[in-house]
Amino acid sequence: MKFVDEFRDPELARSVAAEIATQVEPGRRYKIMEVCGGHTHAIYKHGIEDYLPASIELVHGPGCPVCVIPMGRVDDGIAIAEESGVIFTCFGDMMRVPGSTGSLLDAKARGADVRFVYSPLDALKIARDHPERQVVFYAIGFETTAPSTALTLMRARAEGVANFSVMCNHVTIIPPLKALLESPDLRLDAFIGPGHVSTVIGCRPYEFIPATCGQPVVVAGFEPLDVLQAILMIMRQLREGRARVENQYGRVVSWEGNPRALWAIEDVFELRPFFEWRGLGFISQSALKLREDYAEFDAERRFAVPGVRVADPKACQCGEVLKGVIKPWECKVFGTACTPETPIGTCMVSSEGACAAYYSFGRFARSAARTGADR
Amino acid sequence: MTDLEQQALERIEKRRRRPVRFADDTITMAHGAGGKATQALVAGMIAPAFADATLAELDDGARIELGDTELVLTTDSFVVRPLRFPGGSIGALAVNGTVNDLAVCGARPTALAVALVLEEGLDANVLSGEIDAMAAAARVAGVRLVTGDTKVVERGKADGMYVTTTGVGMLDRRAALARRDLRPGDRILLSGPVGDHGTAILLARGELDLEADVVSDTAPLWPVADALLGAAGSELRAMRDATRGGVATVLNELAAAAGVGIVVDEAAVPVRPAVQGACEILGIDPMYVANEGRLVAVVAPSVADAALDAVRALPAGSGAALIGRVGDEPAGMVLVRTAFGGTRIMDMLVGDPLPRIC
Repeated sequence: MKFVDEFRDPELARSVAAEIATQVEPGRRYKIMEVCGGHTHAIYKHGIEDYLPASIELVHGPGCPVCVIPMGRVDDGIAIAEESGVIFTCFGDMMRVPGSTGSLLDAKARGADVRFVYSPLDALKIARDHPERQVVFYAIGFETTAPSTALTLMRARAEGVANFSVMCNHVTIIPPLKALLESPDLRLDAFIGPGHVSTVIGCRPYEFIPATCGQPVVVAGFEPLDVLQAILMIMRQLREGRARVENQYGRVVSWEGNPRALWAIEDVFELRPFFEWRGLGFISQSALKLREDYAEFDAERRFAVPGVRVADPKACQCGEVLKGVIKPWECKVFGTACTPETPIGTCMVSSEGACAAYYSFGRFARSAARTGADR
Repeated sequence: MTDLEQQALERIEKRRRRPVRFADDTITMAHGAGGKATQALVAGMIAPAFADATLAELDDGARIELGDTELVLTTDSFVVRPLRFPGGSIGALAVNGTVNDLAVCGARPTALAVALVLEEGLDANVLSGEIDAMAAAARVAGVRLVTGDTKVVERGKADGMYVTTTGVGMLDRRAALARRDLRPGDRILLSGPVGDHGTAILLARGELDLEADVVSDTAPLWPVADALLGAAGSELRAMRDATRGGVATVLNELAAAAGVGIVVDEAAVPVRPAVQGACEILGIDPMYVANEGRLVAVVAPSVADAALDAVRALPAGSGAALIGRVGDEPAGMVLVRTAFGGTRIMDMLVGDPLPRIC
């Protein structure tokens, strides 16, 4: 397919991989974190690790927006969804995330009207089509999806769609990165920066990472050659002893980001003082809520939500996985109690989650040597 | 690889090999999606209750001996929304779906029974259009529609109309299908591009603000099965129609039933550009998208090229391709050599965010 196949060319991949191999210093091991769940997915889907030397290890970061939603927030969503007359809308992946009493999919099976949408504008359309029903959009995601929620709210207000509201769970990327960098058990050599988030916020916000922690950051696209090229750019920096923010995804990401999208976020949302991240705990000023101007569209004000904090399951080590401290298979419940069919932690729920991706895509690539299968 | 990772991998494999159990409290849409949850429902709850050796095969149809002849019997329900979509409608689907289940069992479809569940308020023109569509599809498929039943339920209790068809056919004498006897070196043949039906339905629902020129592939598969039986004869080991859960699910079922590994060459899998594009945007793998006129066949290597030529000679099979091969390892699993040049597992579908499509 045009504009896609070009970025999946195995010939080019082989030459980039050869170039990466020349940058490796003998005896040195490299840990590179891909911050974004989209990268994790691409790495497994295309088998990118097959092109990397054994000394380069990819660590899956906290950038899966579904994975970081804590159980209490899922419970709150289910409470709204089960109110009579409510049409509850969310992205497809979100429907399988377990709360303390099951998922939105379970609520749907019990009779709640839960529908998946691909855009908040679809939710607004449902609200227009059903003026007699309350239509709630469960908003999740980083700065990537926040602008579309903001624009939807602007439109809802302009059109006076009074039966529409948003339960806002938008989060921001920089605070969890800071929290990660402050955790003492973390040993990383570099970061692959999130591509989609950076289309909105640009590259500048990552400059603190090389400046204060000395690690290179390369913002990358989501096609397999994008990821390989970003790894090459990182390896060159490490080899030359440099640490700066570089932009591999120049065809989409500009250094300063998208000012109109940032303006939309700024206009509609404000920072919450703190927000709980699944596995990472409370992080201050890491999430967004609706501004007072949009209070009438705030589902948390329109409906009574329990707002009860639910502790992560004890056995679940999603936090350590998200921080890259342990690999999925090092978690005590991975592959036993926690599987894609019966996920305990959110890393197993979304196909972008590190555990689900490893479970469904990765384990063969890593066990190929063991099975000796046809390569 | 560390010992810990090795242990985790062994845990996963052990789990995969365990007999499926059904342990859910309620039925969710995932149980109808054709993936793991469906398998748990059918193999974990329904099949054990009947303790029947033929049922336990969980094949697309059942072989029944009646005197000297061997019949194949199958049934299928259709609950698609919208009722009409580019390339077809529920009536055509209901005929083709059932004749295809017979065809992949190696049986030329003979006769169909149809049961209609109609919702109060259904437009009579819509119904008569679907009856005509069924009659036309039956003519094309060369099958008679010989008996049936009609029920009406109150408004809101059905989505316009549901159709169940039951089909019977005679087992073709050339067929020596042995799904459990796949051998290393066998080739995997796919009769045409994947993902057309599911993508067409998804777009026809109009909920996605996405437009593309994609039509359902709903069509009878007996001509393809007939050509394969002619070209490969007893060297044709298995056929499956790749409906719900797509080609990926069918390959997993084949690998699991025979205890072999299957390696798919992603670059060899035919996908129409419009389907590929829609799937890219929606984040769906076309290998998991439903088809209604595609079959997957396993043939011995010696007849693979002849089988491919025979299928390609048909109008319905012009897009056919050999997409992979059977190996020893890893038993019960499907691997993909990605177009990018890496390797990954192609697992059974877990949940399905897509609504009813067949």
